[in-house]
Parts: sequence; C-alpha cells; structure tokens
Amino acid sequence: MSEMNDVALEANQLVKRFGGLIAVSEVSLSVRAGEIHAVIGPNGAGKSTLVNLLSGDLSATSGSIRVAGRDVTALNPQKRALAGLGRSYQKTTIFANSTVFENVRLAAQAHGGRALRMMGSVADHADINARAHAALDQVGLSHRAPLKACLMSHGEQRQLEIAMVLATDPRIILLDEPLAGMGQAEAVRMIALIRSLKRGRAVLLVEHDMDAVFALADQLTVMADGGVIGSGAPADVRANAAVRKAYLGAHGDETVDAA
Amino acid sequence: MKASSQSWIVAIALAVAIALPLVAPTYYVQFASKALLMGLLAVALNLVVGFGGMVSLCHAALFGLAGYSLAFLTPEGEGASIWLSLPAAVLVSSFAALVIGALSLRTKGIYFIMVTLAFGEMLFYLLHDTKIGGGSDGLYIYLKPEFGFGGAALDLERASTFYFVVLVCLVLGVALVSMLVRSPFGHALVAARDNERRARSLGFPVYRIRLTAFVISGALAGVAGYFSAAQFGFVAPQLLGWHLSATVLVMVVLGGMTSVLGPLAGALAIIGLEEVLKSNFEYWKLIYGLIVMAMVFVLPGGLQQLASMVLGAKPASEDDAVERDMTAPHDDAATDRLRPELLRSEAKAHV
Repeated sequence: MSEMNDVALEANQLVKRFGGLIAVSEVSLSVRAGEIHAVIGPNGAGKSTLVNLLSGDLSATSGSIRVAGRDVTALNPQKRALAGLGRSYQKTTIFANSTVFENVRLAAQAHGGRALRMMGSVADHADINARAHAALDQVGLSHRAPLKACLMSHGEQRQLEIAMVLATDPRIILLDEPLAGMGQAEAVRMIALIRSLKRGRAVLLVEHDMDAVFALADQLTVMADGGVIGSGAPADVRANAAVRKAYLGAHGDETVDAA
Repeated sequence: MKASSQSWIVAIALAVAIALPLVAPTYYVQFASKALLMGLLAVALNLVVGFGGMVSLCHAALFGLAGYSLAFLTPEGEGASIWLSLPAAVLVSSFAALVIGALSLRTKGIYFIMVTLAFGEMLFYLLHDTKIGGGSDGLYIYLKPEFGFGGAALDLERASTFYFVVLVCLVLGVALVSMLVRSPFGHALVAARDNERRARSLGFPVYRIRLTAFVISGALAGVAGYFSAAQFGFVAPQLLGWHLSATVLVMVVLGGMTSVLGPLAGALAIIGLEEVLKSNFEYWKLIYGLIVMAMVFVLPGGLQQLASMVLGAKPASEDDAVERDMTAPHDDAATDRLRPELLRSEAKAHV
C-alpha cells in the first residue's frame, strides 16, 4: 500500500460558489503517484469545475490544494503548471494553425528553463526538440509531426493534447473527458495511452465512459450536485448503496445522463 | 515563399538601397530616408500587431515622444550629441510603452485598441494644449544631431550620410525583429496570440511576454521618431496623433502581417503612392483611398502575397509560423463550458 508521503495531489474541503450556486461543495480527494484517480458523476455534478479549480483556471471560494505537499491554492495556472501540474481540456484546445510538432515543442519550451530566450532560433534548442519528439513518440503521433494540427482527426487532436501535457514533464496530469467524441477504435488506443501515463505520475481522470473508467481507475470519487457521495476502490464504490442509488444504479441498461 | 528566392529579393533590394544615393538627386534621397523611417515604424508596429495580435493605436505617440525628446535635448546653436540624445529618446519611448502597455494589456481585443488610442490621444493633447512643447506650434530642431566618434564625425546634414545612417538603423531593426520572431520568445508570443488560454496553461507568462514585445516595439518606434524629427527639423503634436498611428497600421496590413519585411514593403508602397498622387492630382486622397481599398480586395494577404504569387509559391512564409485570423476572438472556453453546466444544475435545483 502507498504511504501518505507519495500523495502527489491533495484537495482539501474545496468549495466553489458562483453567486448563490454552489458548484463544488467541500470536495476532498487525494491522488498518489502511480495511480489513476477517476472522478465520475452526472452532468452538472461539478466535475469540470473541480478540474478547473485544481488547475487554477478557476480560483476556489474556500479550501486548499496541495501539490506534493506544497500549498498551491494561491498560485495562478502558469505557476501551477510550472509546479508540475499538467492538464488537458474537455474541448480540444490546441494551436490549430501550427504544426503538430510546433504544438508539442511549445509545451516543451514552456518548461525548458530558458522558455523566453530572445537569441537563437527555436530549431537550435536541441533539448527542447528532443523532449517534444519523445512526447510525440509516446502518444504515437511522430508520423504526423509536420502536419498542421487542425488537419488531423478529432481523435488525433486529443492525442496531441496529451502529448502537449507530457512535454511539460508533469508529475500530475488532469484529464478532462479525454474520450469525449471518440470513435471505438480511437477510444481503445486512448485508453491504452492513459494507462501508460500513470507510470511515475499521478493521473486525475474525469470521464463519462464507464467502461473506460472501470478499466483504468485505481481510485474512484463519485460526485453529485457538487459534493462527493462516495469514494474508494472501484469495487467498493460499486457496492456503496448511496452511490448505487444516486448514480450507478442507472448504469448498464441506460445512459447516465438520461437518469 | 522559398527561403532562397526570398533572400535573393532582400539582397537585391539592399543593393538598390545602397546604390540609391549615388545615382538619385538629393530630393529623392531625402524622400527615401523618410520612407525607410516609416518602414522602421511599420516593422516595429508589426511585432505587436502581426506577431503579438495586439492592435495598437498609440505607436505614433511613442514615435512622436522620441522626436520631442530630441527637440528638448538639442541645445541652442548646436546639434545634440547623438550618443546622448538617441539613447535618451529611445528610453523615453520605451518608458511610455512600458506604462501604456502595462495598463492597456489588462484589456483585450477591441478594448485594447480603444485604450491604446486613448493613451495616444492623451499624449497628443498634452503637447497640443500645454506650453510644454510649444503647444500646437511645435518646436524647431535647427541643427541635426552630431554624430562624432574619436576625432572623426559623420555629417548628418548631408542627405546621403543621413540616409545611410537611417538605412543601417532599419537593417538593425529588421534584424532584431527577425531574431525575436525566430527565438523561443517569438514563438511564445505567437502562441499567446493564437490561443492565449492554452499558452497560459502551458506555463507561459502571457502578460509579461506581451509587455516585453510592446516595449521593444516602442523602443524601435522611438528610433524611427528620433530620426524623423531630426530629418524634418521640426516636431508638432500631429506627430503623436492617431492619424499617423492609423496610417502605419494600414502599411502593416497592406504589407502583410505574417512576415517581418511585409510591413516595410507596405510602408514603401504607401509613401510612394502618396508622393506620386500628391504631385499629380488635386483630389489625391480620394484616389489614394480607392487604391488602398482595391489592394485589400485583390491582395487580402498583403503585398507579401503578391511576392509569393510572382514567385509561384504559397502565401505566408512558413518559418514565420502561423497565419493569423484577426477576427478570431480570444478563447473563453472555460466560461462557455461552465455556463451549460451551471444552467443544468440550476434547472435541477428548481425541480
């Protein structure tokens, strides 16, 4: 069993209020290195808001966030990214008009130490280029390197997103519905890719595809109406009566969203 | 455009530029100096507009401030030392760019345009309505700066000497912008332009990157303004007005925003066109306007597109990275995404 000290990401009593609406209500969870922690729940449960709170795209109303023991609650997204937190977006957000390689190269550059050097061509920075190539390799997009990113298929663009996250060399990866809109074959490849990410890293996965979640997750947190209604190992959560009643009971013969 | 054919064109243009004072009459040498200085201003502006995606309408103010600085630093009866006055003038422009940029870069898109316009007009009225710089009459610079080193000196009163100094400044300015655009800094600037949110989430300090580009651009605009004031021997508030800012913006757009040299071509075309029309037609501004409109219709990619068509290659040089969609709004995906989620939870709350 993992010890407390390899908790990579820890959220403590996170709250996000939009005016009178509580989007995220006292959510606590922790993700260890080498583990995939999935967050599930119906639409509107606050999963994406939670990811945005963790990444810093939104600031929490109250509560705290720790990355490898260090409090990052007050840090902006850039600083959190530099602290080792990488994320992908639900809607594909890439540099659409740049080449696939340039997309990944930019990600590597941002974490290269001399990210804003004004001298010399980007082509001369061998370490950054090597890191970009390695990230492309890991997601299996090397053959697409010179292509304009917007010309690739949806599935490949999602893979590119992950390559960009990898190029920043994160210790924690937040994945916001990485399988959204993917075909069967693409999804199978993506699931294998996500599984490969947890080696040495902590992965927090928000996903609607329950087959993928149960194939991947080591830990599971179930959210509904902004709060956590159950968490633990997938098998335990599945057995949890409250979760079954609120959410999982609907799974199997009808879609979750229709519930 | 192929790199080799492009460098051929640049080499030939440079050779023509060097040969010009040897063959052309003084009037045209002075005219060429004026055109090259506008070219330097346009190249400077394009770092911000084309590569940074920030449409600034205050660059004339940065240009004009350097001119006024020279006027203030020129003692009576002699020329100012270039070693003192040029750095001082550039410093003034850079500082103004730092202040204006620091405040206006907190806004985006159309608001950025408005805020920079407002700052430019503030400086215009500051010099127009107060006695600081001689009010609306402006100030005279009776003698050009003294460019001495060691025992020798360059006589800037000579048109050809002045022209060569301007040409060197332009070449250095273009080299600086080219270097920046190719560097990691330049790529980060372009990335922030194309997808600000993504650039931020990758860890790029977008605000700092943009402010740095704005200040460098302001410094180059200052160099152009300094030599323009020296050339005309006169500065007036109009030098800082939005009219000049807008004209330079037209040069940038007309020349093409995706390359470093496009705006220079745009500036030379506009200044040349103006000169030809002015001396031949009474209602030259009407014809000028129609020609500019026609050019935008025929060459939406700017003059660089024309060059590419002639050379039979595709538009936009690839090493200058991505093409640009000026109309693309800044990505507010986060709020857009949150809205449906909020609406849904709200709907649920009511049930």
